[in-house]
Parts: sequence; structure tokens; C-alpha cells
Amino acid sequence: MPTRGTHQGIQNAAAPSQEHAAAGAAAGFSTRRTLPLLVEVRRQLTRRRTQLTLGFLVLLPFLLVGAFKLGSGPSGRGTPGLVDVATAGAANFTLFTLFVATGFLLIVVFALFAGDTVASEASWSSLRYLLAAPIPRAHLLSRKLVVALLFSLFALVLLPVVAYLAGGVFFGWAPIRTPLGTTLPTGEALVRLAIIVGYLALTLVFVSALAFVLSVWTDAPLGAVGGAVLLVIVSNILDAVTALGDWRNVLPTHYSYAWTDVLSPDISWDQMAQGVLWSLGYSLVLLTLAWWHFDRKDIVS
Amino acid sequence: MRVGRRTWVIAAVAGAVVVTGGVVAGVRGGDAYDVRTQQLWVDGVAEPGTGPGAGPVRLDATLYLPQATGPRPAVLLAHGFGGSKVDEDDTGRRLAGRGYVALAWTARGFGRSGGLIHLDAPDYEVADARALVDLLAKRPEVALDAAGDPRVGVAGASYGGALALLLAGLDHRVDAVVPQITWNDLRRSLFPQSEVTSSTLASPAGLDPVSTPGVFKKGWAGVFFSPQRAAGPPGGPDATADPSADPSADQSGAAGAADPNSDPAGSGADLPPGADAGGSASCGRFAADLCADYTEAATTGRPSARMLERLATSSPASVLGRITAPTLLVQGEADSLFPLSEADANARGIAAAGTKVKVVWFSGGHDGGAGLDSEVDRITATTDDWFDAYLDRRPDARVDTRFEATVPSAAVSSANGRAVSLIRQADAEPGVTGPGTPTTRDLVLTGRPQTVLAPAGAAPAAVTSVPGLGQALAAVGSAGTLSLGALPGQVATFTSQPLASTLHIVGSSRVTVRVAGDGGDATLFAQLYDVAPDGGAVLPRQLVSPVYLPAVSTQGRDVTIATPAVVRDVAVGHRLRLVVSTTDQGFAMPVAPRQYRISAPSGTSLRLIAPDAAMTSIDVGGVRDLWPWALALVLAAAGAVVGGRLLGRRRRRAGPPLAALADVPLAIEDLGKAYADGFRAVSELTFTVEKGWVLGLLGPNGAGKTTTLRMLMGLIAPSEGRIRVFGHLVMPGAPVLSRVGAFVEGPGFLPHVSGLDNLRLYWQATGRPEADAHLADALEIAGLGDDVHRRVKTYSQGMRQRLAIAQAMLGLPDLLVLDEPTNGLDPPQIREMREVLARYAATGRTVVVSSHLLSEVEQTCTHVVVMHQGRLVAQGPVAELVGAATLLVVDVDDPARAAQVVADVPGAQDVEVTPTGLTLSLIGTPRAELVRALVAGGVGVDRVSPQRGLEQAFLALVGESEG
Repeated sequence: MPTRGTHQGIQNAAAPSQEHAAAGAAAGFSTRRTLPLLVEVRRQLTRRRTQLTLGFLVLLPFLLVGAFKLGSGPSGRGTPGLVDVATAGAANFTLFTLFVATGFLLIVVFALFAGDTVASEASWSSLRYLLAAPIPRAHLLSRKLVVALLFSLFALVLLPVVAYLAGGVFFGWAPIRTPLGTTLPTGEALVRLAIIVGYLALTLVFVSALAFVLSVWTDAPLGAVGGAVLLVIVSNILDAVTALGDWRNVLPTHYSYAWTDVLSPDISWDQMAQGVLWSLGYSLVLLTLAWWHFDRKDIVS
Repeated sequence: MRVGRRTWVIAAVAGAVVVTGGVVAGVRGGDAYDVRTQQLWVDGVAEPGTGPGAGPVRLDATLYLPQATGPRPAVLLAHGFGGSKVDEDDTGRRLAGRGYVALAWTARGFGRSGGLIHLDAPDYEVADARALVDLLAKRPEVALDAAGDPRVGVAGASYGGALALLLAGLDHRVDAVVPQITWNDLRRSLFPQSEVTSSTLASPAGLDPVSTPGVFKKGWAGVFFSPQRAAGPPGGPDATADPSADPSADQSGAAGAADPNSDPAGSGADLPPGADAGGSASCGRFAADLCADYTEAATTGRPSARMLERLATSSPASVLGRITAPTLLVQGEADSLFPLSEADANARGIAAAGTKVKVVWFSGGHDGGAGLDSEVDRITATTDDWFDAYLDRRPDARVDTRFEATVPSAAVSSANGRAVSLIRQADAEPGVTGPGTPTTRDLVLTGRPQTVLAPAGAAPAAVTSVPGLGQALAAVGSAGTLSLGALPGQVATFTSQPLASTLHIVGSSRVTVRVAGDGGDATLFAQLYDVAPDGGAVLPRQLVSPVYLPAVSTQGRDVTIATPAVVRDVAVGHRLRLVVSTTDQGFAMPVAPRQYRISAPSGTSLRLIAPDAAMTSIDVGGVRDLWPWALALVLAAAGAVVGGRLLGRRRRRAGPPLAALADVPLAIEDLGKAYADGFRAVSELTFTVEKGWVLGLLGPNGAGKTTTLRMLMGLIAPSEGRIRVFGHLVMPGAPVLSRVGAFVEGPGFLPHVSGLDNLRLYWQATGRPEADAHLADALEIAGLGDDVHRRVKTYSQGMRQRLAIAQAMLGLPDLLVLDEPTNGLDPPQIREMREVLARYAATGRTVVVSSHLLSEVEQTCTHVVVMHQGRLVAQGPVAELVGAATLLVVDVDDPARAAQVVADVPGAQDVEVTPTGLTLSLIGTPRAELVRALVAGGVGVDRVSPQRGLEQAFLALVGESEG
């Protein structure tokens, strides 16, 4: 028997209250309290794509372990690279995992979390209800961006942690051995790994900002994520054209591998500092654009 | 802006032209320089005596002339040992392409030139070079400083480099010198002595050896002095010393290019028949006295006094003080023949005379080939700049006297994760081109006294480098704790503690050991290893320091040794290990067995004084330069945030609320919305909604209803007019919207969350207290039962609709706005919805319903607003609108009779007879009156019903405004 609604509750409802909060709002309403972070986290957490992404990041180190175990061992030709010392120990394995993930995987992850967040609300038609709650537009954007960045950061930290544990179980806990032939004690190695993860976080913020602004501009989640990834690929392609000379420093992905400077006996900070500044600069411009556009936009989704 | 097809065609053609032009220019630029060459025979100093090779000497030379008109500066190009002028062909063409006159010649005793080899003796080879300078002075293409004094520079590598320095010292007409990988003192190069007089470092690679000649470098000497080498095809160690000359050189430096059997570009094999085809069979084309000296040294291992004297005259050391031409010294770090200490001595001597000198250390050398590609380019560019500045005297030439050194394995490449070298620089080399002495770090090496054996017959002997193959051994021999370079039983080791911080070694270190023997002489080899924590030891560049002690007693004496000059970053946790070995296959060793006792001068610790240089990498500005940018970024971010807030606040200044409208739920005044393409959705819309109303918003599709509702929710900004809710102006994010509950254009839920959680999350997103939600009442209205716990993506359209309406009612808002709420509901649910809305309004709240189900509106609403094409067409109570015209259908059994009766009823108009009854308009008279009249008239009344009253009114209204 199909259920039917009743209206008993309405009958007993009290008359509308005469007390109002500031600016004529309903009692108990405060702009600042709208869309708490935990609520937004819960809204995004049970999504299939969140779970799949995090699951894949946990799986990847084990895939690599399997690949290394299946393979025949390092080629030993020429000077060793990160791939040749990857099986030397947990820290080396983590380094290698970060090295292969930097080019594409982490970019997709960051773009996914940031590009999907506003555009998917638009595609579900729930954006208009959030805005009419009322949640101020700038407030909505900032909360969504913060939660997207939190998820991305969590994914970014999850990968090396799992890689370290997997590497430790399968390859041992030997101290880190760099391709330069130098060996660093474990404490120092962990500090350096933390620096690498921090640097990656700061430079990938640009990808998040790019995907976020595309998400705000178009209402298509796929368009935002795909567009951000595409633009990053174009930047990488241009970076490979050495004829551009110093112009390549302007490209946002030029410094994406600068974290390898952390592996030298003396860390040279300048490339990484430039990378961080460029990333934050681009992010500032893009996010300002996103805020400006969203503030003025007519929401038709 | 639309781009037409013609524009595309033009753009494509222009692009094709640009690309083609670029390709053509690029291809043409890659061709060999367009220079003219001229082959000359130059008369050199005649060979004295009557032996083979004596008589007049003619030198084979090539002149490279630039395209430029007018006199130009000239450059003499000297080739390396075993080569010929052909090795300098590329360099000659390049310099001529840059506007210089270049003159390359084959030195005497090589190639097609006559004469014998005198090892750069001032009376022979240097005199030949002076003859060449005279020749240049007479050429009209060469610029002159004075009569007989051309503007000329000299460049050369190894054998040619020493010639360049000697020429510069002995002939004041030379204006710039660029010697590469060459020697300072041939005595010290061929008989290296590493025992030094003091343990203080005056300069990074400085060597102040004791006066006793050292150990004979028989490996390299044999390579030079073998007769086949001298008379055979040019090839061998020095042929590849000039980076541009040998295309087959291994650019990575991993394997030395100095393979004696290789055959790079050369033409010396075709000696003119019968002429100077070599001297005696055992001496080749060497001068006889030189040959005799070498034979004696090779046999006894010690140099004769005459040999030492002869080597001294062939050494630039004697003439350095007289060099006034600015000198660019390039020396190889992978060079066991002429190590970095040779360049150090050259530079110090030249700088002491006040002449400008620049020192560059690169990773090539006699063992390392031409070095890395980046270094080759860099050195070529530096050489060109040097000549531009000091020969051509161009004012914009960039030269400096900075000291540059290449550090191997200093960083990890960001492209492929492999080790790469870095070029580092300092403003000056301390003690050489700049003041002061190198910074040093003291390390303590510990080891107990050890006895080492020099085996009989000097076999087995340690192998550290083979001439020309030096670097290849580094990869082969470094397995295990010690490499092939240190054989057990022959070595004494002293190891340091793990380093606490990186040690940047630039140069050679000093260490003092005590050596005790059995009264005879001693030949020892000191090696300094970099030992990793896992035990792997690396001997930097496979270099060793030979020490010759004429007499060691059984008590022993302290010997201060200078370790080989290297450039290396020794990482944290690594250790340095001093290894004193008794054998090395590249040097002459005593054949009688010996035994030595190596120990620390006191106790078990040695003091190693290592140079620790702080140099900066080139191409980097350093982090310090970035602070202004970081600050600018922070300020820009702060500015964006503050600016955004201010602008937002200014735009959204809603002004004080109108107190008069404080109880009016909705007041729309002159609302209009025009889109960017000119389409007007709403124009001049004005109406008011009072408390307790159920307002129906009516209109055909495209009337602007949804646009109005979206503006009411703050989603769209109106072009004109304003909306006030309870007196407060509606703007995006206005707090008064918390008193408005809306359902517009369909439900919007998170599909991956259950219905109940959707409502809960929505309410939590508003930030209002949980108790205010009236969640139970809303769920009751939705009527989903247990389905609320399933995920929304499994719901039907009707279920979602009901849940969305329930979401709109969360918190029981004072103004409820619903857009087509009955869409997709079945009739019982529609009836239920009607009741809900009625009771909702009865509590004192207000409802606005937009619909096109006219019957619904008629039954549900109390007031109606009719819109058409964005304009207000009619508004007012439903009854008023409907009451304007009520068309009745009356079913009777006798239509004709009924028509007569009805004619008498007041207010009955437009009576028409139909087969089943009548249709008429009844105005002002209640229907009950009509029925009474009919019954009284004897007509049986079957049914009285209105004929779509509101619809007719509506269509009339709409039709009126259209027409």
C-alpha cells in the first residue's frame, strides 16, 4: 500500500515566532555558522568517487611492489636513477612512488576533488537550495574549497604513508640511499620525505585552484576536472620545448619535480621556493577569478 | 565576435609562412660556417746536427679567414700531443665565423710538418710559434697594435696549452691566452711528489712539494714516448683535448676518450714520402737527447739532472711572471696526467704578476674526455667571450674572473631522477685570484700503526687508473669495501668518524703520517676515499698522491702529504678514509721487496685538514632574492580578500528595512529581468502578498514565473526593481531568506545519501539549531515511511518531489514558495498536498504556489497573480477573477422547456441549448436560485457544473493581452 503523507504535525504547529535574528533572519540563524566544515565533509565522504580514489591510492604501492618483485632487478647500466634504488628500502620505495605519481596521478587527484565539488552540486540541482538556505556565495565557495583541499591533502599524505609501510614490509627498513650514492639516516630521511610532501602539497594547490575555477565557471564536473588535467598536460608539453628557454619558468608545472633537490646532501631551496611562489601566485589569481565570477553569476542550475 | 572563414584561411597561410621561414632559417643556420681557408707552408727553426730529421723545417699550417672586411684580430690554435692542425679545424672555422683570423698549424715532429719533437722547447716549438706571429703581422687581414705586432691570441690544450703559455711569456705580442688541461712544471707532472713542506693550505689545489723529485709516472710517460705513437696516426690522449675537435669523444665523461687505438679525424698517416718520416726506429720523431733521457728514466725510475733541466725549460713555470696577456685557465678534474694542482700553480704565477686570470675546473681532462655537453658549451662560450673582450676589445663583452668548478653527483635530476653534476662558482679562488686562504675543516682519522708490504717485483700492483681509461675503472672497481686500487696487505687505512654535516671538498687536503722503513728509500701512494655508511668506498676521480722519500729510518719520520685535488660533496654520515698504499700500476715502483710501518705521528689519530668551500651554483638567484616576491604575494592575497569583502559589502548594501513592510511577506516592486542577448523575461512586475494568503502564480510557459521565483530566492539578480521579504531587500545570501522555504524547478538531493540524511545535512548546512527543524513534521508530510533510509538515487520522481517539498518546509518558514508542487503526484497525494497547504497558511504563514493546473489553483489558492510574457496581467482574489464570468452547464430532461424558464431568471445570459441541456452565463445570481427556478418550472435538473471557470478567465486574460 503506497504511503501517504499526513498533515497532523502542521495542524499543531505554533504560529510563526515574532523574534528574529539580525537583519530579519529567522531565529537561530547566523551567516557565519552556515555550512560547517564537518557537514561538507560528510556530504563528500560517502561519494563513490571519493572512496574509489582513496582506495586506488592505497592500492598503488602494492601494485608497484608486485611489479618490482616480478621484474628481474635493476639494469645497473650507467648512473643509477630513482627507479634503480627503489627497492633498497622503505624510504627509497616511497621516493620512487612519489616520483612516478607526481607527473599525472596526483594532479588528477587534486583536480578531481576540487573540480567536482561545485559543479556536481550544480548537476544534482542542489546548489540552488544551498544558496537559498541562505548560504552566502563567497562563504559557500570557501567552505567547499577548504574541504576539497583537505581531501586532496589527505590523499597526498596517504600515498607515501602506505608506500612507506608497504616498502618496509616487503623491502626492509634500510636508510635512504639517494641516486648520488649518499646514504642518509632514517630520521633525516623522514624529515626530507615530509619536506617533499609539503612541497607537493603547495605546488598542487595550483591544480586545485584551476579545477575549482573551471568548476565554478562551467557547471559540468567532467568538464572542470578534464579541463584542468588537460591544461596541466599542455603546460607539461610546453615545458618540454627547450627552445622556449627561460620562458618555461612561467609555466605552472615547470617546478613540479623540483623536490628532487631535497635528495642532495645539501638541500638547495631556490628551485622549490620559486615553484611554491609561482603555484601560490597562480592560485591567487585563479581563485580571485572564481570568487568574482560566482558572486555575480545568475544561478540557473 | 564571429570569425569568418576568410579570416581562418589568412591565418592558416600566415602561420604556414612563419613556420616554413623558421624551419629554413634554422636549417641554414646549422650549416658549417662560410669561411675561406688557405694552406700555407711556414719555415720553422732548422733542426741542428746531421742525424735523421735534421735540416730545414717546414710547418704545415692552415689559415682561416673571416668574411669581414678590414683587419681583424687573430688567434693561433695549437693542437695536442699526437695530433695535427686538423684537430683544430672546427675551432678555426668557428672563430673565423665570429670574425677572427685563425691560424692552425701542425707542430714540428707531427703530421706533415718536418723536424723532431722537442716537447715545447723555447728554442724550437716556441720559436716556431713566434715565426707564425711574424707571419700574421705581415698579413693584411690581421689587425696590428704596432708595426710587426699583430693583435693575436693563443689557444691550445695540453701540449698546445703549454706552448700557449710559453709563447705568452716569451713573446710580448700575445694579447690573450686560453690554455686548457696543461702543465705548469713538467718535472712535477712526470715525477709527482706529494710530500709537502707545510700543512697549511695557501690555495685550494696548491702543491708546495719538497725539492726531491717524486715517483715516475711511467704509465702516462710510456703512452707519450712510445715510438709508434709519435710516428703513427694521430690519435691518443691529447687529440681529444679540444672539445670541438673530436666528434667521437664520449661526452658523458664516463669512459675516457683517450684510447690510443682510436682514430679520430686526422690526416697524419699520410706523411710525404721520404721526408721526415720519423727518426730512429726506437725514438720515433723525438729529439735524440729527449729520447735518451726518457729511456734512462724508464729504466731506473729516477730522472737525471739533465732531464730535469730539460723538463724545466719546457715548463711555463719559468715564464709565468712575464705573462701580461689575460689568461683563461681551464683544467680537468678527471686528469691524472696534469691534475688541478698544475692549473693552480699557473694561476698563482700569472696572478702574482698582476695579470688578469680566470680559473675554470671542469669534469673532463685526460681521463675524462671532453666533459659534459653543458660544460663544453659553457667553456666554448667563455673562450669566445674572453677573446671578444681582450682581442676584439668589444665593450659589451661579458667576462669576469670568477672561479668555477664542476661538482659531480651534486644533485638529482628532476627529469629522470639520476645524479647530475652542478657547476658552482665563487667570486675568486682564495689564494690564487683572490685574497685569503681556503676555509678548511679539521677531521680526525683514527687507525692503529700498520705494517705494509711492497711486494717483490712490484706485483701484484693496485690499479687506480690506466691512461685514457681512468673513469671507467671507477664503475668496475668499487664493489666491496676497497676497490682494485687498494690491495690487502699493501695498504694502511685511517678512517674518520661519520660527518655531521656535508663537506664540500674543493681542492686537496693535508695530512701528516709517520713513515718508518728499513733505511732505504720509500715509494708510497696516498688515496683519500669517500666511504658511505653501507661500506661502499669511492676514490674520487681515481686520483692518487705519490710520495717519494729518499731515506726512511727505522724510527721513521713525519711526512706531510697533500692528497689529490678533487671536487666532491661528501654527505652527512659518510666518512673519509686515508689509504696509504705501496703499489700503483701507473707509476714506477721499486722491484725489491720493502716493508714500511705507517702510523700516526702521536697516538692513533691523524689530523686531516680538508678544504671546505662554500660556493654557489650558477643559474640560481638564491632564496634571498625571492623575499620581495613572497611579500608581494602575501600583500596581493590580503588585498584580494579585503577588497573582495569591501566590494561585496558595497554592492550588497541593502539599506535599512522598510518598517512599513515588516509584516508583508512579499512585496515585489517594478521587477524586471533582461538577459545579455536582449531577451526580457520579466518587465515591470509589481504585486504584494499579505500574511496568510495562498497565492497562485499563473501563466503559460515562458511567462516569467520561474525567473521571478529564482529572483525571489536570490539566485538571479534583477535588472530593475526590487523584491522585499518582510521589509528586507532580497540579495544573494541575504539573511532574511532564512525565513523563506523554496522548492523551485524540481528536487535537488545528494544521490549517494539517504533521504533522511539529505534533510538532516541540509538543515545542518543552514547552521540553525536542530530543534528548530521540525524534522518529524516534514517527514510526515513527505510520507515516505521506511523509504527515507534508502539512498535518494533509488527514489522515484514522485518520492523525490515529496521529499523536496518537505525539505522546503523544514523549519516551518514564514514564506513558503513552491513551483509546481503537484507535478508527478497521484490524485490522492495531490489532494493531500492541497490540505497541507491550506493548513499551512492557516497557521499564519504564507504560501506562494506556481502552477499551470488551473483547477488546482482554483481549489487551493486564495489569491491569484496572472503573468504573461513577463508582465502582470491580472491579480486579485480567486473568486473575483473567477467571478467575472461563470459559464454553467445544466443537464436537464427537457432543454427547450428549460430555456424558456431560464429566460426569466435574472442574471442569466448567453443561453444556448445543447442536446443534453443548456449552457448559460450566470452573473450575480446564485446557482441555487437557478435550480429552484428550473424545478419550479417543472424541469428535471440532472447536473449543474461550472465549465472550467478559471480556465476560461485565464484564457480570456491571456488572449486579451496577446491581442
